[in-house]
Amino acid sequence: MITTRGLTKRFGSITAVDDLSLEVHEGDVYGFLGANGSGKTTTVRMLLGLVLATSGSAEVLGHAMPADWRTVLPQVGAMVEGPASYGQLSGRANLALFDASGPGGARGTRAGRVDDVLEQVGLGQVDRRPVQAYSLGMKQRLGLAAALLRGPRLLVLDEPTNGLDPQGIRHIRDLLLALNAAGTTIFLSSHLLAEVEQMCTRVGVLDRGRLVLQERLDVLQRPTGRVRLGTTDPAAVRALLDGAVEGQDGDRLLVRTTDPAELNQRLVRAGIPVLELAPERNTLEDVVLAATTTEPTADTTGGLR
Amino acid sequence: MIGVEISKMLRSRRTWSTILLIDALPTLVAVLLALTDLGPRPGTGPAFLSAVLTDGTLFPLAALAIVLPLFLPIAVAITAGEAIAGEAQQGTLRYLLVRPVGRTRLLVAKLVSVLCFVVVTILVVAVTAYVVGTLLLGQADASAGGVTSVSGSQLSTQELTLRTLLALGYAMLCMTGVAAIGLFLSTVAESPLGAALGTLAVLIASTLLLTLDAAQSLQPYLPTRYWLSFVDLFRDPILWRDVERGVLLQLVYVAVFLGAAWANFMTKDVTD
Repeated sequence: MITTRGLTKRFGSITAVDDLSLEVHEGDVYGFLGANGSGKTTTVRMLLGLVLATSGSAEVLGHAMPADWRTVLPQVGAMVEGPASYGQLSGRANLALFDASGPGGARGTRAGRVDDVLEQVGLGQVDRRPVQAYSLGMKQRLGLAAALLRGPRLLVLDEPTNGLDPQGIRHIRDLLLALNAAGTTIFLSSHLLAEVEQMCTRVGVLDRGRLVLQERLDVLQRPTGRVRLGTTDPAAVRALLDGAVEGQDGDRLLVRTTDPAELNQRLVRAGIPVLELAPERNTLEDVVLAATTTEPTADTTGGLR
Repeated sequence: MIGVEISKMLRSRRTWSTILLIDALPTLVAVLLALTDLGPRPGTGPAFLSAVLTDGTLFPLAALAIVLPLFLPIAVAITAGEAIAGEAQQGTLRYLLVRPVGRTRLLVAKLVSVLCFVVVTILVVAVTAYVVGTLLLGQADASAGGVTSVSGSQLSTQELTLRTLLALGYAMLCMTGVAAIGLFLSTVAESPLGAALGTLAVLIASTLLLTLDAAQSLQPYLPTRYWLSFVDLFRDPILWRDVERGVLLQLVYVAVFLGAAWANFMTKDVTD
């Protein structure tokens, strides 16, 4: 769906994106992670032909960008750096204008299409208020509605749940997952690790313009070969398992084992009360922080973007 | 896309308040003239203003002479400056481009919409001035055989209408020159205000240099040099020289600045 080779963008002496080689497959929900200023937005803009690359190439939906924009862009829905609309017009009027601006939107079916996407993003009941009176969450939903208007094969979304309340986030996540199940590939850049962890099947991590990690999420989250063990009698566990205990925090122990079921059996046989027992997995946060070795600066302490 | 841009322009409240403001000045002048009957002495003040006291049908031309030097170019500079920079500032430019709307197509649509604004504004001014002029200042006695030209001879109503239309067309072309400069700066500047002010700076500099004897060698090439030459259309016979030069000069300005706008916009990184 998206392939870039050696994609590089320099603004003057600053290299915003450096030798980037992305690989997004059809059907992926691809999570694109990176700190502030790591070049995420510049990458998205290059994929959409808004910013022209200094060197390297990008292919979207099998065609070169930006050269083949006429073929590619009608099949792409995008939300780049927050939604934007004409504030004095209503949401419906904005979508109608947007639809009329480009190719492939028959006038006769326009109102129906607009109603459909408004319904999809949960703005079906929206009135004739101008967009400037919308809340941030409503504007966000409207931006998403605009991205969905063409029934795209590929959705490129920048922080789609920004400004939404928990129910709204849930709604949008369910919507995106349903679209993905119906065959839409989703390229999602987000600073919310939890969101990426809940939705994405593949993850790419950008650090200062370079791609430092690109892998399936389930591979990243594979078990570490240790189990977390909660017990009321840690001393007895230590006595029983001897060298396999690799860490302790009060009643909680980290135990190295290849077979958690067998471990549980041994503990029970020895009469040791087990409160909980679960294989330890790498969290996305651990993986990302390990991959980005960025010294914490004022810019990045606020979280990953 | 062109239709979308025109409808955006016509639906904007600012378009109509601007036209209303531009229209208000000549109307105020007409009211004052009608109330006081005090015209400028012949040969002073804006063109045609002394003549309208005897014939209100000339008032559209007087109105044009009133708004052309300052009001109209300001309005056109603001509208043209808004074209690309305004969409960029609002964030809607990136969405238009990924919709997708081709960059050339977008630029052409913006140009056409600015030209529509020019045409609508000038027509509104002319029509209001005609109505206000004939109502408040009266028509010349029909038995007098038409109106007097700037050269003193008589013009038939038919001739006057034709020449008035020519003058309106000439004014539109002059404003197209302003629009081309504004559109170019709109692809360069970060903000619509910057683009509008830049355009006005060019026009003010041009007006200033026209009054400076030392700048005489530059004067034939300044954008505002022949703006008021439409007065020559009302001489008998018509004095074509300055009008022709004006048309040619404006066409060159339009071609150069539209070319520059296109070249700049095609290779621009849209980062806002």
